[in-house]
Amino acid sequence: MGIPSCCFRRLRVDDVIEVTDSVIDTAALQRSLKNPAAGGYCAFEGWVRNENEGHVVERLEYEAYEPLVIVEGEKVLAEARELFPFLEARCVHRVGLLELGECAVWIGVASAHRDEAFKACRHIIDEIKVRLPIWKKEHYANGDSGWVNCERCAAHGIAD
Amino acid sequence: MKTITVRYFAMFREHAGVAEETLSLNAATAKDVFEFTRDRHGSTEPNGHCKVAINDHMADWDTAVSDGDTVLLFPPVAGG
Repeated sequence: MGIPSCCFRRLRVDDVIEVTDSVIDTAALQRSLKNPAAGGYCAFEGWVRNENEGHVVERLEYEAYEPLVIVEGEKVLAEARELFPFLEARCVHRVGLLELGECAVWIGVASAHRDEAFKACRHIIDEIKVRLPIWKKEHYANGDSGWVNCERCAAHGIAD
Repeated sequence: MKTITVRYFAMFREHAGVAEETLSLNAATAKDVFEFTRDRHGSTEPNGHCKVAINDHMADWDTAVSDGDTVLLFPPVAGG
């Protein structure tokens, strides 16, 4: 009598999504995705850029409501797994004050074939940007600061 | 009147000047709470791009609020 295939699925002990106020260790995250059945992996790193919509940006500040980042993030990963069956996925989002060039978000997906990894990675970052309770404040060279998608949204008259 | 604890995040916290406050108000839905606090703190943000959670569960603007609930008001998100 055979063992049901579901019994071979490795139990997951690590959180698949996390929030950190420390530098994201991308090499360690890559290693955490290793799986003998994986033919490759895709990663997306979101970096702090020096300008946004014509404003010179000096640094970014991220805030997150961690309990719901975890709940919603796990839903996003589960949906991505349904759409593009992969073997392993992890996501880490940074909070606090970040300097130019620092990694704000890391997503990695390992799969048997490349198509699922590329597509799942893209799906996950797109959903994270619009669904998770995470906020980004830009600090500008002229000393001003602003919450992304907030004041400008209102100032530009984007109605509900 | 219901006693509702409201928690503010990011821009909402800066507008309110507090991270959390407990209010007595006549509110049937999450949207009523949003509008009450928007008027109270002089914010002009429309709720359309905002999100709301009740007692740590994501909710809709027409979700009913009960006495003793904690309503979390999330301004437009911008992760990544």
